[in-house]
Amino acid sequence: MEGQEQLMLVMSNITKRFPGIVANDHVNFALRKGEIHTLLGENGAGKSTLMNVLDGIYYPDEGEITIEGKRVDLRSPLDSMKHGIGMIHQHFMLVDSLSVIENVILGLESQGFYIDKKSVAHQIEAIAKKYNFRVDPYAKIWQLSVGEQQRVEIIKTLFKGARILILDEPTAVLTPQESEELFGILREMKSEGKSIIFISHKLNEVMSISDRVTVLRKGQLVGTVDTVSITERELAKMMIGRDVLFRLERKDIEQGREVLKVEDAQAYNDRGIMALNKLNITVHGGEIMGVAGVAGNGQVELAECITGLRHLVSGHVTVEGIDVTNATPCTLASAGVNYIPADRLGVGLVPNLSTVDNAMLRKYKQQPMRRGTFIDYAAACTYADGLIEKFDIAVPLKNAPVKVLSGGNMQKLLLAREIEENPRLLIAEHPTRGLDVGATEFVRKILLEQRDNGVAVLLISEDLDEILMVADRVAVMYEGRIVGIVDAHHVDIAQIGLMMAGAVGAKA
Amino acid sequence: MNPTFGSILISVLAGAVQSGTILLLPTLGEVLTERSGVLNLGLEGLMLIGAFFGFLGAMKTGNPYVGLLLGMAAAAVAATIHAFICVTLRGNQTVTGLALTIFGTGLTSFYGDNWVSQRLTTVIQPMAIPGLSRIPFVGPILFSQDLIVYAGYILVALFWFLLFKTKVGVNLRAVGENAKAADAMGVNVVGTRYFWTIVGGALAGAGGAYITCCIHPYWLNGITSGMGWIAVALVVFAMWNPFNALVGAFLFGSIEALQLQLQAAGTYINSALLSMLPYLATFVVIIVATLIVRVRHVGTPKELGIPYAREEK
Repeated sequence: MEGQEQLMLVMSNITKRFPGIVANDHVNFALRKGEIHTLLGENGAGKSTLMNVLDGIYYPDEGEITIEGKRVDLRSPLDSMKHGIGMIHQHFMLVDSLSVIENVILGLESQGFYIDKKSVAHQIEAIAKKYNFRVDPYAKIWQLSVGEQQRVEIIKTLFKGARILILDEPTAVLTPQESEELFGILREMKSEGKSIIFISHKLNEVMSISDRVTVLRKGQLVGTVDTVSITERELAKMMIGRDVLFRLERKDIEQGREVLKVEDAQAYNDRGIMALNKLNITVHGGEIMGVAGVAGNGQVELAECITGLRHLVSGHVTVEGIDVTNATPCTLASAGVNYIPADRLGVGLVPNLSTVDNAMLRKYKQQPMRRGTFIDYAAACTYADGLIEKFDIAVPLKNAPVKVLSGGNMQKLLLAREIEENPRLLIAEHPTRGLDVGATEFVRKILLEQRDNGVAVLLISEDLDEILMVADRVAVMYEGRIVGIVDAHHVDIAQIGLMMAGAVGAKA
Repeated sequence: MNPTFGSILISVLAGAVQSGTILLLPTLGEVLTERSGVLNLGLEGLMLIGAFFGFLGAMKTGNPYVGLLLGMAAAAVAATIHAFICVTLRGNQTVTGLALTIFGTGLTSFYGDNWVSQRLTTVIQPMAIPGLSRIPFVGPILFSQDLIVYAGYILVALFWFLLFKTKVGVNLRAVGENAKAADAMGVNVVGTRYFWTIVGGALAGAGGAYITCCIHPYWLNGITSGMGWIAVALVVFAMWNPFNALVGAFLFGSIEALQLQLQAAGTYINSALLSMLPYLATFVVIIVATLIVRVRHVGTPKELGIPYAREEK
């Protein structure tokens, strides 16, 4: 029909099954020319699967794909690229030690044997200029910030002549300011006639950037709506299937005494660069201190210094008045410091040991599990059973390696083990990353419970929404120091965003 | 300058270039293999295979160059086994490499027993490059050598160019640094790893065959005497760069030549101690290189030793 927007891409009746689950169940998706179309859904809703089908990584069991009216058969990312589809993955597909130029031409057939760096550099600069941003073609990827790396990914797809761009949660790693810049680039591309698929679960972004939204839930299509005719709350309801709880309830309790005090801490990161820069922070009993910041500003190093996993070059750490600077993890544990590391299956649990073995890791040196030189395995089993029941952990086989558990159950087991130690200070690093809604709620509830019991909780997270939902105070980290601490109850998000980007300190 | 001292120095250094070339070829090969993400600790075994089949080929045909090619081919076949286990079967590369060394040692000792103490009559002969060889001092050291030495120079430049200036090199480095990203960009990860592992094997074989077809034209069990291990260490010293490999290999060649000269001159130092020098130097080199790699961002290919499998749900 005349006047109707032209359809760029149609995916109809896409079904993709994996052993045990149907990741996409007869999903329909249509993309117009020159629109920004958001694909919205929770973890495991099937967004990534659908996009991987489009990118040629998975081949659908049923359904067909047409691009500009022509049926296409996409069997590899290369096929998709030839049809003008470019995907920007959440974890960038960049080679760190190569330059921007080398990353851009990697795998390209159009380039000759010898690389004409100058000409490629000119083309890269031309693309960047067209969309009003800058990138140094000769820089190595590891020298670039995350935002810049993302732009390299965008250039890569445009260089290959992509007309359909897929961005998988592109703002997850960006500061609010960087996100705004990205949106600017996307709008520019849209006006150039590119079609953009934007995967996200951040509702405010979805509202501001997209023309239409397609919502998936548990592998099925919920619906496609125009952004102008819907509210955030309605979208959330479509996504989750019920109203969402935006702020968790908490008891009003008296703030306890100072539990953790870090003074002028300095420490190097793994690359030998100063990661903590005279950092100071204090956490009291009965409060959750959220640490916000863009990844790589020293959050990991801070957690490691407090838990004895990283050496402090200078400065002091005290827990309940006792100096524990550079104490061993063992000493710290007996001082009441417990830790939920970000890498739950690498640092938190031992992947190839069983649930029982993992559960007893903090207890096997004490009675009743210790019997002289030996371990009383029956006692260990009883203990593990207790945790499984109390924390409602789904464990198919107690003696199977813990790595077969789902992410949520692993995290529950880890939390259970640490909390049974009756911590004075609990450090939780990205405790809900990659978990589904149920497990996320559970973890947050436990953190609040601990707080209500007077434990000092240090919550390190990249998810600002999570911090605002759970924390009492928010410390913003930038380049190895705390640039400001704000009250989580009366917070100015823009202010936090600016602090995360290093633009300002806290208002006095 | 004392003319005798000058001539001794020239002959020591010319010997250093020869010994250095034995190390250079396997080191260059391993630089490329490791750049693709495959660790091959079987260099010693591959060199032995190259040395033995090189010797055999030269013996049977009377042509040392044919011998050299046969040695390379035999080592390439053995390296293909390594590639099959490490790339296709995704086995443990360290264990497989060690097994390859044991295999090479055993195989060549088993068949080599019949050949011990036999000598080749024709060996690879030096060919002075007209003009260049007349440059005082440098000429006799660098340009009055044989074709294999010259091939070594050319390979250094060629591989450097290939690695850093061409698409082949970008693909190769990408595969060793981030196989997933390379795969997503349409680079053939498996093919790249196979190809460079086999090339590395052929070059290790060339290093071994160079010993028997030129420098020591007879067969001895274990004739490579740990050169393959030194080459593995030199790759780290070279920080995976062909030019540094040249420097490292010739440095070690000098140590080797020096200790031989010292032994021949009959110094008071125990000859066993002198023979130990290259291995001692290996320790020093590894320590220094490891420290440098730690400080600078350049270094080990990130996915060295890690098998690649496409992620499937």
